Amino acid sequence: MKKAILALADGTVFEGLSLGAAGEALGEIVFNTAMTGYQEVLTDPSYKGQTVVMTYSQQGNYGINQEDIESLRPWVQGFIVKEPCLYPSSWRSAEALQGYLQRHHIVGIHGIDTRALTRIIRDKGAMMSIISTVESDAAHLVKRAREAGGLVGVDLVKEVTCRAAYSWRESLWSLDRGYGKAAEEGKRYKVIAYDFGIKRNILRNLTAAGCDVTVVPAHAPAEMILDLNPDGIFLSNGPGDPDAVPYAKETIKKFIGRKPIFGICLGHQILSLALGGKTFKLKFGHRGANQPVKDLKTGKVEITAQNHGFAVDMASLKGAARITHVNLNDQTVEGLEHTELPIFSVQYHPEASPGPHDSQYLFKRFVDMMERGHQ
Amino acid sequence: MPKRTDIRKILIIGSGPIVIGQGCEFDYSGTQACKALKEDGYEVILVNSNPATIMTDPTLADRTYIEPITPEMVEKIIERERPDALLPTMGGQTALNVSVKLAESGVLEKYGVEMIGAKIPAIKKAEDRELFKEAMQRIGLQVPRSFSAKTFDKAMEVASRMDYPLIIRSSFTLGGTGGGIAYNKEEYEKLARYGLECSPVSEILVEESVIGWKEFELEVMRDRNDNVVIICSIENFDPMGVHTGDSITVAPAQTLTDKEYQVMRDAAIKIIREIGVDTGGSNIQFSVNPDNGRICVIEMNPRVSRSSALASKATGFPIAKMAAKLAVGYTLDEIPNDITKMTPACFEPTIDYVVVKVPRFAFEKFPKADPALTIQMKSVGEAMSMGRTFKEAMNKALRSLETGSYGFEKMIRPERKAILFRPTAAELDLIKTRLKLPAPERAWYIAEAIRAGLAVDEIYELTRIDRWFLNNIREIVQLEEGVFWQVNSFQKSHSRGLLSGTGGLSAELLRKVKECGFSFKTLSTLTGQSVADLMKTAKDAGIVPVFKTVDTCAAEFEAFTPYLYSTYERPFYNIADPRLGHAGASEKVPACEANPTAKKKVIILGSGPNRIGQGIEFDYCCVHASFALREEGFESIMVNCNPETVSTDYDTSDRLYFEPLTFEDVMAIIEKERPYGVIVQLGGQTPLKLSVPLEKAGVRILGTSSDSIDMAEDRERFDKLLERLGLKRPASGMARAVGEAVKIAGHIGYPVMVRPSYVLGGRAMETVYDEAGLMDYMTRAVAASPEHPVLIDRFLQNAVEVDVDCISDGSMTVIGGIMEHIEEAGVHSGDSACSLPPYSLDAAILDDIRAQTKLMAKELGVVGLMNVQFAVKDSVAYVLEVNPRASRTIPFVSKAIGRPLAKLAAKLMAGMTLEELGFTEEVKPSYTSVKEAVFPFIKFPGVDTLLGPEMKSTGEVMGLGADFGAAFAKAQIAAGNTLPLSGMVFISVRNDDKPHVADTARELLNMGFSIIATANTAAYLNDRGIRAERILKLTEGRPNIVDRIKSGEVAMVVNTSLGAKSVADSYYIRRTSLEHGLPYFTTVAGAKAAAQGIKALLKGSLGVKTIQEYHAEFSKR
Repeated sequence: MKKAILALADGTVFEGLSLGAAGEALGEIVFNTAMTGYQEVLTDPSYKGQTVVMTYSQQGNYGINQEDIESLRPWVQGFIVKEPCLYPSSWRSAEALQGYLQRHHIVGIHGIDTRALTRIIRDKGAMMSIISTVESDAAHLVKRAREAGGLVGVDLVKEVTCRAAYSWRESLWSLDRGYGKAAEEGKRYKVIAYDFGIKRNILRNLTAAGCDVTVVPAHAPAEMILDLNPDGIFLSNGPGDPDAVPYAKETIKKFIGRKPIFGICLGHQILSLALGGKTFKLKFGHRGANQPVKDLKTGKVEITAQNHGFAVDMASLKGAARITHVNLNDQTVEGLEHTELPIFSVQYHPEASPGPHDSQYLFKRFVDMMERGHQ
Repeated sequence: MPKRTDIRKILIIGSGPIVIGQGCEFDYSGTQACKALKEDGYEVILVNSNPATIMTDPTLADRTYIEPITPEMVEKIIERERPDALLPTMGGQTALNVSVKLAESGVLEKYGVEMIGAKIPAIKKAEDRELFKEAMQRIGLQVPRSFSAKTFDKAMEVASRMDYPLIIRSSFTLGGTGGGIAYNKEEYEKLARYGLECSPVSEILVEESVIGWKEFELEVMRDRNDNVVIICSIENFDPMGVHTGDSITVAPAQTLTDKEYQVMRDAAIKIIREIGVDTGGSNIQFSVNPDNGRICVIEMNPRVSRSSALASKATGFPIAKMAAKLAVGYTLDEIPNDITKMTPACFEPTIDYVVVKVPRFAFEKFPKADPALTIQMKSVGEAMSMGRTFKEAMNKALRSLETGSYGFEKMIRPERKAILFRPTAAELDLIKTRLKLPAPERAWYIAEAIRAGLAVDEIYELTRIDRWFLNNIREIVQLEEGVFWQVNSFQKSHSRGLLSGTGGLSAELLRKVKECGFSFKTLSTLTGQSVADLMKTAKDAGIVPVFKTVDTCAAEFEAFTPYLYSTYERPFYNIADPRLGHAGASEKVPACEANPTAKKKVIILGSGPNRIGQGIEFDYCCVHASFALREEGFESIMVNCNPETVSTDYDTSDRLYFEPLTFEDVMAIIEKERPYGVIVQLGGQTPLKLSVPLEKAGVRILGTSSDSIDMAEDRERFDKLLERLGLKRPASGMARAVGEAVKIAGHIGYPVMVRPSYVLGGRAMETVYDEAGLMDYMTRAVAASPEHPVLIDRFLQNAVEVDVDCISDGSMTVIGGIMEHIEEAGVHSGDSACSLPPYSLDAAILDDIRAQTKLMAKELGVVGLMNVQFAVKDSVAYVLEVNPRASRTIPFVSKAIGRPLAKLAAKLMAGMTLEELGFTEEVKPSYTSVKEAVFPFIKFPGVDTLLGPEMKSTGEVMGLGADFGAAFAKAQIAAGNTLPLSGMVFISVRNDDKPHVADTARELLNMGFSIIATANTAAYLNDRGIRAERILKLTEGRPNIVDRIKSGEVAMVVNTSLGAKSVADSYYIRRTSLEHGLPYFTTVAGAKAAAQGIKALLKGSLGVKTIQEYHAEFSKR
């Protein structure tokens, strides 16, 4: 099997074997602790620019199927696993992980001590890294990782957002029927979803909750959207630094006070900026499917899926919004709502995929908010 | 929500003796619960009849009742203690069943006791199969189609509406007792009858078969705030049809996509809410159709379980401790995660390794038992292992089992050299049969099938084991073949670049196979090189294991608890200044998280998987040693691979290594930790076997030297020692051939005891009464040879056997306890009931026994514990056996005398003296303690219940009372052998026993019993004026004894038997008694003790008293 080298900006070098395509992958290295859901992780546009280490040691066990995708293609910069599975086993599997990565030109490495790597990222923070199957001079690779700019200030949204608006009809997945379709009867809400790198399961959840969703590119002007007179605006997840997409912040400002708004992840961060707040970069972020979040209203804890490297500084909002959800591991802000207006957002991923369904109620909350807006 | 302050005193019910289906995992959970509740200031009352548990140590609960776990006895405890609350979920099915009975009979209400954790409606909904099915349907979940039947006719009627195979489950039994799979009507009739008989409520559930579906388990926790989290997912290697306790299981689930896993997770959350388990943990089993993912709910346990113990060890999340805290009102977010300290317990553990559990069976003890694995659990223990991949964990698990396997050994013509082979038609048939019918060796046959050229799909069709597992085993076989090929081509070509001392392996291949968990022993077989050479070469090549932490969070947070496992990882390096090029690179090293301290430390080697002959008793000793060493300022380091135990709880020792107990694995830890010394004498044979190799490797063995251990175990050296001391032992000899055996036996005189040298737990030991018997034994049981001699001892008939446990610091020896066995010599000491103090021996002989014991301890230079077995015949004490190590009876004796012997022993091994420990005098309690053994016969249809030199019991109970009769009666009740107060006693004994049974029969008559007996016994008794009605044997016509037992007329059975024909003739009596739950005695001594017990019961009802009160009695004096 072909060799590969992983070099980190801090000088650490792992020598392993190639996984997926030959070539190089330069990206910010982060780890994800979810034990299932690699296919969803690969296809999550929020990972644009990032090389993902899966902490669970056996990946690819159930192969790649046609259904469990969050977008049309994998977005990760690079992919790192301890042991990839050559012989996947699942009634839904269509191909093995390696072939899929190769087909999509994703460069990866396997056969290295991913736990040691995770500990380095935990202790030193997310940093730039390079995987190469072509360069054998490790010192040179370290130098290139070190010289590469990070993700701060880089607009990655423009690379993952859709080119043109489209409407969405697919609903949630079930074991016996696969994905459902939007209901034909019952009250429907017109929702515009800003695509900063949206995961399909958000759209499926919105559809299931009763929304007729139109997805629009990140740069869609507010005026045009307001002309459509939607019942609510949804702000999606996406990759990178919220400060790098000032145009989105400006757009959102125009919706505040005029439409109910719900934001997730990057959408939550950009919304906070639009409300006058600030964000900051976390040391190594939260990526996984087991993060405990407390709903401060009910006192109940939900286990959440997360994928973010930045967080909102609550104090910076100066009372414009109040905190509704908090992360029990590090007490960071996980959700907030406007003190007066029908606006709320969460840092985590209520659409899960991969991850638990504990927070699905938020989609209902959005719908309820729009319903109140009608009254 | 903080903890509740309206309750103050909490009663915890334990699980009683270790039986198949209910092992020491409940000591682990109960111990955690006791500690957790005490920590929060609650007063904890505990009842458990099992003295070998840590939970019944007098320091653990505030008040500890070592009393039978029956509704009557627990009511007495409640009446006396008036607890505010009862926590029923820690003691397995036993505790749950007793709690339900106490609630239903109004006892809890009468005394104002609140059930916490799980309430009655929830327990009933989870346990009653009909209610459970309805509940599942209510929340839209699928269950296999099933019908219940309370009568045989109804059972036949429901079966007529379903398709075979059908699964029969017996209601309200544990470990699947009384259950089975019927492939046709004939089998169904048999199983339906058996299931109805086994069920205490005479009910079976007949279920549509989902055999061959994939099986999963989720461990779920819920708090009073309705927060629900999944602690662990488990995927069974063996598909549906094999009891999960008998299955190889793997964590986390391997073959579910996130979408499918979340469907299961959602279902689990719905289930725990619908069933209404308020707080605590539950285990939910699912089956999944491999062809379309359809999920069926199989069952739910609304309590901690074997699986929750496994999940706790697998993830580092202590489910039982949390369940106890949740039961008193905490919510998950209020409790910190012990391992990370900074984050709360309200999360879902995520792991970055693979956990494999393999069951350990004891079919060698029950040759007549059917080793087929079905839905009734048959394994007696388990080993767990961790690795970074399934292949590594699986290989480690196999050698953790200690069944002589070090990996996937060959099964067909194992002496063959080649890996891949072409099987004959018969061999292929054998392989296919072994794949199709699940039995203990199936995993090995899978590897063999691959070697024989069967395709994974073919193996899948036969086994229905997921192809993911099969492919992993295939990869292991491919590596074997790679090693074989490289070694053999090396021998031809002497190619360069290969490691010396490996027979021609490249460093890369050696590293690869070590990463996949191959043992050096397996490599030794594959390469023809010695283990020592391979170990050295690997070390020199930098191929050494590293240790990783079990941290609940896949390294996301820092872990503060050193709970470690070994793995092989690739080294890496750092180039701090890339301008220097590669010259600036640091050394290449693999990342090890062990971080040994500089403290003075001691490694304690545990006892591995539970098995008959080596169980919880040894874990108890190891745990005590750890506590003792910590008290004395040592860092205690535990090594063990049994997930059920207290010793593998991460807070028992300063450091825990969850590792196989083989030389290779233990040495790796020793080299990393560099301890002051290693304790091998507390974990039974497992660590003892390692003492010589460890010592040879330069490791300091603490306590008694390995030479002394050898002197006691080596027959010839031991004989010389006795001779030197002038002590007697039964005449004996050692035969290396059949002729020699006959000569020796003739010289000694029949009957004789025969056994292979160096065996454990009485394996293959038999009493033979004549030359024919001897010849039979020599040809059937063992092949004597110069390397494997057979030991022949004179059998002392009707001798009284005595067990002595003593403790010595090398100069002073103190007797811990002298136990008189109830059953005569010839019954394995582990199977015999015993009394402390002795109840029939006189002072002179006891003093002689004391003197002999001390003499031998001194001569052997014992530092620590020593156990001696004597046989007393005609007022002469003969030494049968000496074991200079912890014995099975240490926990029992410790509890009987109120002194923690194992703890004291550990301190002696660390260099203290008995004088310093203040233990210089034998404690002579004023009350009597009786130990009784508990047997697994009910799990093995067709197996006889007769006792012999081969140990068969899985567990033990303790009865305490003012006198022998009361203590014995309690022990019997605790063992489930409740003595009758009136009725009809059936007696049928062999000729030798007739004179001895007469007194007992007379006594029973005097107490108002009537007696029935078979012809000869009846005649003998009637001749002596003891009125006995004759009853027909099964072969003599009807109504016979079996009819009388079945019609419920018989209250107790006394049956002894000798000789193959007689044993076979009377087998059905014993089996029928067992299946009808009758108290039965297969020795006259047992019957005699029973009469004394009955007498005590007739005198008045038995009282209850705490162990703390018993101990206070003599500390006052």
